[in-house]
Amino acid sequence: MNEQNELPPHVAAPSPTAPHGPSGLGGGVGVDRVPGLGHSGGGSTLLGYIGIDTIIEQMRKKTMKAGFDFNIMIVGHSGLGKSTLVNTLFKSQVSRWSSGWGSEHKIPKTVEIKAVSHVIEEGGVKMKLTVIDTPGFGDQINNENCWDPISKYINEQYEKFLKEEVNIARKKRIPDTRVHCCLYFISPTGHSLRQLDIEFMKHLSRVVNIIPVIAKSDTMTLDEKNEFKHRVRKELETHGIEYYPQNEFDDDMEDKNENDKIRETMPFAVVGSDKEFQVNGKRVLGRKTAWGVVEVENPNHCEFALLRDFLIRSHLQDLKEVTHNIHYETYRARRLNDNGGLSDVKVTCQFPLTL
Amino acid sequence: MSNGARSVIEVHRNGNIMAQEKLLEGYVGFANLPNQVYRKSVKRGFEFTLMVVGESGLGKSTLINSLFLTDLYSPEYPGPSHRIKKTVQVEQSKVLVKEGGVQLLLTIVDTPGFGDAVDNSNCWQPVIDHIDSKFEDYLNSESRVNRRQMPDNRVHCCLYFIAPSGHGLKPLDIEFMKRLHEKVNIIPLIAKADTMTPEECQQFKKQIMREITEHKIQIYEFPETNDEEENKMVKKIKDRLPLAVVGSNTIIVVNEKRVRGRQYPWGVAEVENGEHCDFTILRNMLIRTHMQDLKDVTNNVHYENYRSRKLAAVTYNGVDNNKNKGPMTKSPLAQMEEERREHVTKMEKMEMEMEQVFEMKVKEKIQKLKDSELELQRRHEQMKKNLEAQHKELEEKRRQLEDEKHNWEAQQRVLEQQKLDASRTLEKNKKKKIF
Repeated sequence: MNEQNELPPHVAAPSPTAPHGPSGLGGGVGVDRVPGLGHSGGGSTLLGYIGIDTIIEQMRKKTMKAGFDFNIMIVGHSGLGKSTLVNTLFKSQVSRWSSGWGSEHKIPKTVEIKAVSHVIEEGGVKMKLTVIDTPGFGDQINNENCWDPISKYINEQYEKFLKEEVNIARKKRIPDTRVHCCLYFISPTGHSLRQLDIEFMKHLSRVVNIIPVIAKSDTMTLDEKNEFKHRVRKELETHGIEYYPQNEFDDDMEDKNENDKIRETMPFAVVGSDKEFQVNGKRVLGRKTAWGVVEVENPNHCEFALLRDFLIRSHLQDLKEVTHNIHYETYRARRLNDNGGLSDVKVTCQFPLTL
Repeated sequence: MSNGARSVIEVHRNGNIMAQEKLLEGYVGFANLPNQVYRKSVKRGFEFTLMVVGESGLGKSTLINSLFLTDLYSPEYPGPSHRIKKTVQVEQSKVLVKEGGVQLLLTIVDTPGFGDAVDNSNCWQPVIDHIDSKFEDYLNSESRVNRRQMPDNRVHCCLYFIAPSGHGLKPLDIEFMKRLHEKVNIIPLIAKADTMTPEECQQFKKQIMREITEHKIQIYEFPETNDEEENKMVKKIKDRLPLAVVGSNTIIVVNEKRVRGRQYPWGVAEVENGEHCDFTILRNMLIRTHMQDLKDVTNNVHYENYRSRKLAAVTYNGVDNNKNKGPMTKSPLAQMEEERREHVTKMEKMEMEMEQVFEMKVKEKIQKLKDSELELQRRHEQMKKNLEAQHKELEEKRRQLEDEKHNWEAQQRVLEQQKLDASRTLEKNKKKKIF
């Protein structure tokens, strides 16, 4: 993806809601009539053109009308540039600070969960983006169990969805508030993961998709960065923390190869910025220091572009699917088996299980 | 030689002592005094103890190496940051540095594990204990009879590393500084300052200073001097507090100059460049200009605070505070004597009490033992009786059995006899029949 920053990025990726097609139909949008060759399964060749491939177009039209939602949670202790990064990712002021949430940066005494929603539109596609911020995480002197409020929130969203699903008169489109992705910000110490990081990820990697990210990576030189990433990956492996994309959910070889390549470069070392500067006659997003300008979208400087492509341009739908098919189903199975409710979630009203 | 050395002396008008200004008629030579002091102290050598506190990964070891241009933590002896600690430790490393004939015994106190755990309550306690123990050592060696050797191991300066979050101080920072600002000179530093742009750095510094004054934390104050020049320099330093530093010992060539710095793809952050970071200010302040002042403040202020608190605590037990509102009337020694006597009487009383209690307990125990003995005796008797009764019963039964046996045998004999008779008569009849 060599995109210039002057042109507004346009949707060049396949339509986000197109499923990984059942057949080898091209991912192109607005596809022309292609003679019906090559399809999955061992069926017979088509004798003429039927028009099955236009289903993609139909789906696209529908989703463009309906729009879709994406919920991203950002976790990390204060001062790691979380809000700036989210603003940079979605190229708009979507973080908590910009919603006029007050300019006081006081550290709250307990972990709070603040969700802010915006509707952003691009190329005719509407997306309701909800950014869930967790101020107060890891900032206290005693950080025992500071992941509990977060865990509770995630389970509450699953619970809400479950309730809607189990209802007799269901809504046509259940509003999806489940957390699809959790960006966990690692502090760039250059040594290793902190105790708190490991504890958090251990507790939550089975409940939500965690994408670890190294924040403020312009602190480290290239060598330090590589060493740090290597060490972090090893530690995550030692502790058995499965971050997204999880090994076990790779469908086929193609997916596996692609995901393996991504897993090798994770965690992404990113830098966020919403200010623009002139560099070599171009206007780029970056940070200006006395010894140079750190360009956010330059792959030699930091891996922001990789993260953005991964998160938005190729794996957005996959994140939602893994959340729905795997994490949510795990929750649902556990819940319906227990028949009494988990200890985390306070069920406000007992719904009758009509099973 | 006589250049009419003139020395201006302040005229005291208190009491009878009035020093007048006198003009010297020749060169006496006491202008040489500073040189003598200098020579003596150079021979003795200097000592300086520096403590570094901060979370791991903030570049403390690198900064120490950069400050003193040595590899205190080399690959053969990796610094504490490379070893994972579960609890806060306090480690000392000593290094003897020589420069221009002056030798400095530098002690670096490191605190690995600080602020790294999930629960960091009381992670400052080991640090406080260490500082107090050093003060106590000095106090003890000062109170000794033979005071020839008085090594000064007190912590003269504490460099506190603040993580460059850009927002403000963390609760841990505030707690730590609140607890230690009256025990040691705290110099707060912003670590890894190349994370921030100049504007962010400015704002961050302002925010930190605001929070420090808000929480009434007393960081190390640069002393005012009479010299105008120095004052200007001091003011410049004060404006840039807390100092934002970057540490590095790798040498990079920039514009054909060899500088120490950090190489990024977008440029080189130079350690000794005043526009990039405040490292040079820190080094100059810490080593070149204010080292002696730090030691003096430690000696005159922090150590004296500790000493008076410690000695007051010793005498507190015996003296009612309400009675002695004024200055101490008794000397500490007499105080201690009295205390000792009191202590001794208390001990005797306690001893007596304990003896009484002991007696009582012994009596009780004896009584109990007697009771249980009686009990046992009784039971013994009873069991014997039971046994005898059973014995008698058995005898009775046995006799019965014997009687029965006799009867049965008698009967058997009778039966035998009858049988014999019966067989004889049968035979007789048979014989009769045959004949």
